[in-house]
Amino acid sequence: MKYWLIAGALAAAAPVHAQIVKVDGSSTVYPITEAVAEEFQKMKRGAIKVTVGISGTGGGFKKFCRSETDVSDASRPISAKEMKACAEAGIKYIELPVAFDALTVVINPKNSWIKELKVEELKKMWEPVAQGKITHWNQVNPSWPNAPLKLFGPGADSGTFDYFTDAINGKEKSSRGDFTASEDDNVLVQGVSRDVNAIGYFGLAYYVENKDKLKAAPILNKGASKAVSPSLETVMDGSYQPLARPIFIYVSDKSMNKPEVREFIEFYLKHAPALVKEVGYVPLSAQHYAQALKNFSTKKLGTGFGGKNEVGIRVEELLVREGKL
Amino acid sequence: MTPARDLGKIRALIARHKRWDMIFGLCGLLALMIGVLTFSALFLDMALDGLPRLGWDFITSFPSRKAGQAGILSAWVGSALVMLVTAFFAVPLGVASGVYLEEYARKNWITDIIEINITNLAGVPSIVYGLLALGLFVYQFDFGQSVLSAGLTLALLILPVVIVATREAIRSIPQAIREGSYACGATQWQTVRYHILPYSSAGILTGIIIGMARAIGETAPVITIGALTFIAFLPPAPVQSTPPFLNFEWLFAGFTVMPIQMFNWTSRPEAAFLVNAAAAGFVLVAMTLAMNGAAIWLRYRLRRNIKW
Repeated sequence: MKYWLIAGALAAAAPVHAQIVKVDGSSTVYPITEAVAEEFQKMKRGAIKVTVGISGTGGGFKKFCRSETDVSDASRPISAKEMKACAEAGIKYIELPVAFDALTVVINPKNSWIKELKVEELKKMWEPVAQGKITHWNQVNPSWPNAPLKLFGPGADSGTFDYFTDAINGKEKSSRGDFTASEDDNVLVQGVSRDVNAIGYFGLAYYVENKDKLKAAPILNKGASKAVSPSLETVMDGSYQPLARPIFIYVSDKSMNKPEVREFIEFYLKHAPALVKEVGYVPLSAQHYAQALKNFSTKKLGTGFGGKNEVGIRVEELLVREGKL
Repeated sequence: MTPARDLGKIRALIARHKRWDMIFGLCGLLALMIGVLTFSALFLDMALDGLPRLGWDFITSFPSRKAGQAGILSAWVGSALVMLVTAFFAVPLGVASGVYLEEYARKNWITDIIEINITNLAGVPSIVYGLLALGLFVYQFDFGQSVLSAGLTLALLILPVVIVATREAIRSIPQAIREGSYACGATQWQTVRYHILPYSSAGILTGIIIGMARAIGETAPVITIGALTFIAFLPPAPVQSTPPFLNFEWLFAGFTVMPIQMFNWTSRPEAAFLVNAAAAGFVLVAMTLAMNGAAIWLRYRLRRNIKW
């Protein structure tokens, strides 16, 4: 008798069959999608379920093009190779920017010589030919002290690494190899906060959480007149360049026909401004989200990039570009 | 040579040997303590870090973007279900293989090759099993990214451990026991069923536990086959109130496991998530200890019935 009661209680607790929206992809976009999924499920009271995985942007697109997922989180635009894989499988998609990710170059708070960093100086520190040669600060800029240069950065598998190398060194994945690399950004935070001669880079959210231990270096872009520090405002108004980039979700056109996916994406774009900020990322402007929503409802298919990342792209321009599949 | 001097020499010899005895004993103790103290320090540190979050809420809540509300419900249920499937497949397969190799198989070069391979398999990196499982279970058999796929993957992973442990346990049974059984007219199966298995069960259980403890902490193969990270609902319950009362849909449900949840939390920018990760680590160790405890209890029960 007792067992039947327990069995009954368990069965009653199990919800009836619900629709599931499947999301997978970048770990950079994950916190945003997680926040949206959490709120969405709360609102729907379990009628629609959302699962989110972290396979990385590349791994996510692989699943996406095999139609295993409805939505793919991506910290960079879809690549030419991935476009081909999707085209061969007959998967069409819509590209929606959801937030900015700003890379922050951080230094130790006791570092007194860095008032601003030129992109050229960053390049001198990080380009492949610097390997083993540029080992002291004064080799980059003679007015800096003759102190060892300790570099910290994310590992080569991360989208942050891809974007930084593209924006600074001019080519994706082209970087010197003799720096302390970690896939765990908290390790980089520790490293830079303990060594006055250290410099490193990672996502803005990690800097914001560790403001007491780190200093963000203002960046002077090529051709710019004034160095800009990373912040919510400078990223949103587009003045923090070239280290700010939009991050995306991709929705497959087949899934767009499912009402539960449509509802989830609409919820995503409508609630992104508040939720993006809450998880430490920089939201797009209200017009951007409105345009993205419009693109979604009119099914503006394809990517605005054509298979290649672009440094310093403006979101309003991207959203109205003709999409390629 | 006088007897007195002889005695003095012997005493000196004994004293020297005893000194070596003590030195080795101290080395052994030191070696043991390095392991024990390191683990205790790590565990204590983790427990203290995680203490503020440990509580009923933590175990019964789903993950959340707010560190203070996030819990491990989907993770520990996922881990438990995957372990259930792993044990269901690994234990019978592993024990049967071990018994066959030890009691039935003829000793020739084929069994030698199989033996070497099994021992080697125990050392294969777990990611390799993940890749194999992705191709075989997820796509070939079409089990999808499910509890079943993960359980089977981890079962493969610990199979060599279970087989080797089973063989070691069986080998420690004196030959006289088998001969006695045959002398009384028992068949080979009867000997295995009533003597070999019961007497070796303690050793087999130890092997199973070592394997399961390895499996519950594995992340790489489970991620490879596509475990989720955010999942705020549980798989369908295995029992239901309407006939046929048993429901196997949970086998095909998406899932996440404890190590993945922990790893995700350690890589978050907010320091509050690190506390969650420590608390989750504590629960994971507790789950492993619980499995261990169950094995010790079982072993004790089984041991009582053995008369020699």
